[in-house]
Amino acid sequence: MKPRPFDYARPETVDEVTALLAEYGDEARILAGGQSLMAMMNLRLADPAVLIDIARIEELSHIRDLGDKIEVGAAVTQNRLLAWPGLKAKLPLLAVALPWVGHFQTRNKGTVCGSVAHADPSSEIPLSLATLEGEVVLRSKRGERVLKASQFQVDMLTTAREGDELITAVRFPVKPSPGAAFREVARRHGDFAIVAVAAMIEADGSARLGVGGMAGTPVVRAVTGGNVKDIVEGMIAELEGYEDLHASAELRRDLLRNLAPLVVAEAHKCAA
Amino acid sequence: MRRVNKDQKVRISLTLNGRKVSAETEPRTLLCDFLRHSLAATGTHVGCEHGVCGCCTVQIDGAAVRSCLTLAMQVEGRDVRTVESLAGSDGKLNKLQQAFQNNHALQCGFCTPGILMSFTDFLSRNPKPTEDELREVLSGHICRCTGYAGIMAALKEAVGAD
Repeated sequence: MKPRPFDYARPETVDEVTALLAEYGDEARILAGGQSLMAMMNLRLADPAVLIDIARIEELSHIRDLGDKIEVGAAVTQNRLLAWPGLKAKLPLLAVALPWVGHFQTRNKGTVCGSVAHADPSSEIPLSLATLEGEVVLRSKRGERVLKASQFQVDMLTTAREGDELITAVRFPVKPSPGAAFREVARRHGDFAIVAVAAMIEADGSARLGVGGMAGTPVVRAVTGGNVKDIVEGMIAELEGYEDLHASAELRRDLLRNLAPLVVAEAHKCAA
Repeated sequence: MRRVNKDQKVRISLTLNGRKVSAETEPRTLLCDFLRHSLAATGTHVGCEHGVCGCCTVQIDGAAVRSCLTLAMQVEGRDVRTVESLAGSDGKLNKLQQAFQNNHALQCGFCTPGILMSFTDFLSRNPKPTEDELREVLSGHICRCTGYAGIMAALKEAVGAD
């Protein structure tokens, strides 16, 4: 289908965006890559009165090395981050997770921050951000605030962003560990994951395990020693999974049970 | 700041297949419909209209993207390329198109323009891809009639693999 009519605005600065958001609030939606929003508008699942196009805003198109963090601006596409020369050394988890995001063609336009804003529970970038304990930078006319990933994504497609706030950037912590792995199961490569698993090895040899597609938000656990299976069984008992068009809760639990130990082992192997 | 009200029509200019063009659009018009209805570039096909099937893939500033998930307003001043840009002015197919013909890589041809535009971008960045890489890019397209064996054979011929 086609989207319902809406007003279109293409501001040139972040100040102009926050002024528009202060005026229209929840009536407005931010358009960056449009790979989730435009699909939802075409399906009439989203019906904004005003669309604010931020894709060309210069001050949002940076990938900046802050030393202990890498800041990615709201206009940066997924393929641009994937092609960033420092990615493998600074953000090894993103280097293995980003190829799973959508398709080559959607990564050309879809943005890193847009995926975080959309907050799909099985989505790769929010899962990576949560696993790394990253941050989301929000700006409004009232000022700027920085939320931890775990504070930002509160439930399925639901975030702590207020109606007048723009996500200006996300920040991924730089971890010295070389060990990172990512896998997911989907009906077709590039489709929505049924279950997605991220793992990264900490400096002390312990692992962090991030799981998507089992609850409303990504779930992250520390794995110390060799007890991956116990931790995964604990997560399965606690989260239970959910049923939708793509999979039953039971299938989700089975996928996690099989996938998580593999991914943790793979991360350990690449750290060795 | 560019602002257009929902019931307003505005004229936008862009470069289409190397030529400066302009036409009127309203904010809600999708790029795929703008190309077909306002610019008569009907080589771009419209399938699912939610970014899944890949039929409508075109290039914006060289990058292959879904034109059904792009507004006409978003390409104002940009460089857009569609399947019409591939063959020579004498109608001679380019190397990729010829490989598709040689390998019977299309039957109804509805998905073909999108596939050609995806690989024109991808192969310009990665001229010697592995079979897995070709498959990964092809996974962004759905073909309903030939299946994918002929398409893979054409792609391998185009990149000079066996």
